[in-house]
Amino acid sequence: MSPGLFPRSEDGIRPAASDALSISVDGKTVDGLAGQTIAGVLLGSGRLAWRKTSSDGSPRGVFCGIGVCFDCIVEVNGIRDVRACQRRARDGDQVISQHDPLPEVTE
Amino acid sequence: MTSVVIIGAGPAGLAAARAARARQAAVTLLDSSDEVGGQYWRHLPAERPAERESLLHHGWSTFLELREALEADPGCDIVTSAQVWAIERDANDSPVVHVLVGEPDGTDRSQLILTPDALVLATGAHDRTLPFPGWQLPGVFSAGAAQALAKGERVAVGRRVVVAGAGPFLLPVAAALAQTGARVVGVFEASRVRGLMAGWLPQPHKLMGVAGKTGELAGYLLSHLHHRIPYRTGHAVVAAHGTDRVESVTVARVNADWSPIPGTERRIRADAVCVSHGFTPRLELAIAAGCNISADRFVTVDAAQRSTVPTVFAAGEITGIGGVDAALAEGTLAGHCAAGGSPTDPTVARHEKKRAVYVDFAARLERAHGIRRGWTAWLKNDTTICRCEDVSYETIRTTTEATCAVGLRSVKLTTRAGLGICQGRMCGRTLEDLAGRSAPGGLIDRVSTDRRPIAAPVRLGDLARAHDATAAIPTDSL
Repeated sequence: MSPGLFPRSEDGIRPAASDALSISVDGKTVDGLAGQTIAGVLLGSGRLAWRKTSSDGSPRGVFCGIGVCFDCIVEVNGIRDVRACQRRARDGDQVISQHDPLPEVTE
Repeated sequence: MTSVVIIGAGPAGLAAARAARARQAAVTLLDSSDEVGGQYWRHLPAERPAERESLLHHGWSTFLELREALEADPGCDIVTSAQVWAIERDANDSPVVHVLVGEPDGTDRSQLILTPDALVLATGAHDRTLPFPGWQLPGVFSAGAAQALAKGERVAVGRRVVVAGAGPFLLPVAAALAQTGARVVGVFEASRVRGLMAGWLPQPHKLMGVAGKTGELAGYLLSHLHHRIPYRTGHAVVAAHGTDRVESVTVARVNADWSPIPGTERRIRADAVCVSHGFTPRLELAIAAGCNISADRFVTVDAAQRSTVPTVFAAGEITGIGGVDAALAEGTLAGHCAAGGSPTDPTVARHEKKRAVYVDFAARLERAHGIRRGWTAWLKNDTTICRCEDVSYETIRTTTEATCAVGLRSVKLTTRAGLGICQGRMCGRTLEDLAGRSAPGGLIDRVSTDRRPIAAPVRLGDLARAHDATAAIPTDSL
């Protein structure tokens, strides 16, 4: 059981066919539609989590979906801390999930 | 000619733009998104047109009319992907608006510095979600996220979805999920029937003016019947379970104060849970502009929607959670008055009347669905309160008690709660609630979680270039 893109054939609002795009996520190709956000592409492909927290490495994905919680941040084409729910995906985007472990405290 | 800058292109901002243009003001309408409409009219992008998009919206034709009129109007400059990251005040207390335009969180955004004759703030609100054990698991969403993804992407956040929290917003969220192919296994409203009646039933004649709203709610209820979505009052999601993602939730009956009733818990299998306990207005820009904020934490405005700063107006959810019709009425009045009009002008009389009705509606909403004190009874010691910094309930409680904290600043600095990347947007109100309970006489610095002089993250390169751009302006004008 996972999130997903509602199939166009079942959708009562009758969406037109739209252009496909694909992005690379941690080296894997993920397909989406033109106009989707990076978070939309990830959730649409069944992914629920991509970031790991600094404190204990626990998984995070989208929480607020409107750009205020920053849980969904990813690296896009070499630029870090991009909110996946706010950034439209572009064909060929290189997305890398973020994990910034806390520095070790030494005596 | 009067220049008016409007921040936020949701219902209030769009209405303000049209009203200001009706008085021939030069209007600049800013929105951080690349589409106008705000969260209420969040829609599919131009690349993905749908024949019957209107099925996902209420007042869709109102939106299309507003958008078309403003887009065709050379006197209205619509700037999308425009992130207002700071507001300063010049020597006359007038706002200086700093904007970055370009891809969200990008590196090559262009600078805009605006010094309008009048500013209209229509920044809206976001969900407020109370913490509960397991709410940090992937698969737990704010109700707004589920709606935004359904309306803006046609993505369902799960297949078997629980919707929970408080307020009429839960209904359109469940409807949007059902229209996106998800099975909504239940909607759980924390308020009990008696509380709902106390809020909604007295003096029903006052609700006559909100026929549009009643129709909207009736539409959602019909949709629920159609999709066979169970709706339960007096129930709350008190825990989410799973290791790396949500697998099930515990739902319990709650008392009138929202404390769970022991022995009523039951597990429900779900792969997503969408929770909202109301809304938090987005106040940082209003605070930066110097506007007074009321005790119940909204921007204080007069009959002209004018804040305590004479050149700054406010409309929509930042002046009270009243919904789309209130936002349209307030926006119209704000735009009209920002452009030099008066709230008593006959051209806006209709909107003035409407606004009065919705002030009553907002008060009922709060009485019926407002957060009750007993919710903390569902917290466990290890429940995450601050999602960014992973600060637990126990840490906040014991630290607050041990340090006898009376100010939020000290609680934040000693626990790190509210200091993470979201800057307290998710946990700030909760922190105030929790810390305020153990501070004798309450907290001394209540407004501080909404004070964010840098209103959005800015890259250091942009900041350096912003400094260069500011240096070009004579300093005595800042």
